[in-house]
Amino acid sequence: MPMAEPRPLTVTPAAPQPAGAGRPVYEIARLSKTYARNRLTALADVNLTLHKGEFVAVLGASGCGKSTLLKIMAGLLPPTTGRVVLEGRAVTGPRADIGMMFQQATLLPWKTTLENIVLPVEIREGRAAARAAVPRALDLLKLVGLGDFAQVYPGELSGGMAQRASICRMLIANPAVLLLDEPFSALDELTRDFMNMELQRICAEQRSTAFLVTHSLGEAVILSDRVLVMKPRPGRIVEEIAIDLPRPRTLDMINTPRFGQIVGHIRNLLGKEAFQ
Amino acid sequence: MTATPSPDQDTVWVEHVDLIDRVPRWAAMLALAAIVIGIWDLATARTGWVSPIILPSPGETLDDLIFVGRNLLTGGYMLEALWTTTRTVFWAFVIAAAIGFSLGVLVGETRFGERAVMPYLVAIDTMPKVAFAPLFIAWLGFDIASKVALAAFIATFPIIVSTAAGLAAASENERLLFKSIGAGRWQTLVRLKLPTGLPYIFTGLKIAAVGVMAGAITGEFLGGGQGFGALIRESASMLDTPRVFSLILYLSLLGLGLFFLVAWAERRLVFWNRADRPGGVG
Repeated sequence: MPMAEPRPLTVTPAAPQPAGAGRPVYEIARLSKTYARNRLTALADVNLTLHKGEFVAVLGASGCGKSTLLKIMAGLLPPTTGRVVLEGRAVTGPRADIGMMFQQATLLPWKTTLENIVLPVEIREGRAAARAAVPRALDLLKLVGLGDFAQVYPGELSGGMAQRASICRMLIANPAVLLLDEPFSALDELTRDFMNMELQRICAEQRSTAFLVTHSLGEAVILSDRVLVMKPRPGRIVEEIAIDLPRPRTLDMINTPRFGQIVGHIRNLLGKEAFQ
Repeated sequence: MTATPSPDQDTVWVEHVDLIDRVPRWAAMLALAAIVIGIWDLATARTGWVSPIILPSPGETLDDLIFVGRNLLTGGYMLEALWTTTRTVFWAFVIAAAIGFSLGVLVGETRFGERAVMPYLVAIDTMPKVAFAPLFIAWLGFDIASKVALAAFIATFPIIVSTAAGLAAASENERLLFKSIGAGRWQTLVRLKLPTGLPYIFTGLKIAAVGVMAGAITGEFLGGGQGFGALIRESASMLDTPRVFSLILYLSLLGLGLFFLVAWAERRLVFWNRADRPGGVG
């Protein structure tokens, strides 16, 4: 995407990957999605590579195709053209090595927290495998600080606790990539900040490769190694911003000039689009 | 007592609680019953404003209640009639639940059911179902079967509608979750949609429990036989109003029994719906 003035923060998609990135985990090339019914081009020529241990966020106005992109990456929606490859295998449908997290915790109220966490194993491999996964589930519950809540029903969990449990459910099958669909947007702001820091800690501990869709600029910047900015009609990635804030990130970094500079830059990009 | 409190003193607010909130529920219910029965007694036994053929006095009704109760307890002919009606209601409920649930799943889960079957069900549901009673009698005779058929026919529709609605109740996120963890259609139905729809299905069953009673009694009115409905009709034709009243009261016990049985099953099965659910679940 040629721009008039040079942008010091921007890494063009064609540029080499940021230093320190691991091997490629998820590769998307020349991806497009057209809805046959209304001939709407939701995505056009999307190229994206996620590297091992990397955290990438995508930002964009409503309708820019970021949810479509996430659904294609999750194997929930077939692409029209392009290459969608996770760990060397083309994604043709939902897979055990894709972990997903939604806006709502969506825990089943008739199952205990523990039963909810082993649900993906139970659905894929049956009850015996789910029983075998219980020790790992308990470890994960300890990891997110819910060690004492294994036998509790979700109705007794707070919103933040429920989302922690859904993090465990996402991690139970040891996925190669985590797809996060505005995971904490239903929580209040204080809880949300705290959960973002928890997410960072968990991703670091698990060496997770994560892809986050969000509306929140601050959240995207504080969590990510790279932020992709998407624009609609047709949905495409217009800029890629490497976030050079040191790790581990802290909430205090929100007050640093560098953070403000990056957020300001992205806001400009998005703002122009929103009012066009 | 000063009109304006001194600034040095703390203000004490005494919260006013309405009388109705201070009285326990049972006392309020008892008070209402006493008032109604009092007026009833006044209008019939005390003043004779209302003829006993139209409305018997509370005393007469109580006498008859005791009489019918004795007959029931000693295994008289009324017990036999009650047993007939109970069997009718039971089988009608079981059949309505089975057919209603199956059709509800068909309509709620398949595109074919939704597009092809549902319009017919809606059309049949709008018909006055009691009008089918002569047909059922012609097909199944004056025995219990025709009453079971009518009662089941009436009670099936609320179960179909509530089952279909229940299957649609799972949220978009929950469906996506199940899709993303590789659940097939059957797994999604059994592990997500049916449990989510259970509260709806029970609402339909409760409506059906009431409908089955109405259907059974209507069937007995129209088709005779040995049930409580036939007894009521006989008593009414003999202008034995107290008997009609007490038979209706005992009949309502049967209806209440069925209703509470369903409600009890719901409390056991839908245990998660009672506790208020803060975040996360919706």
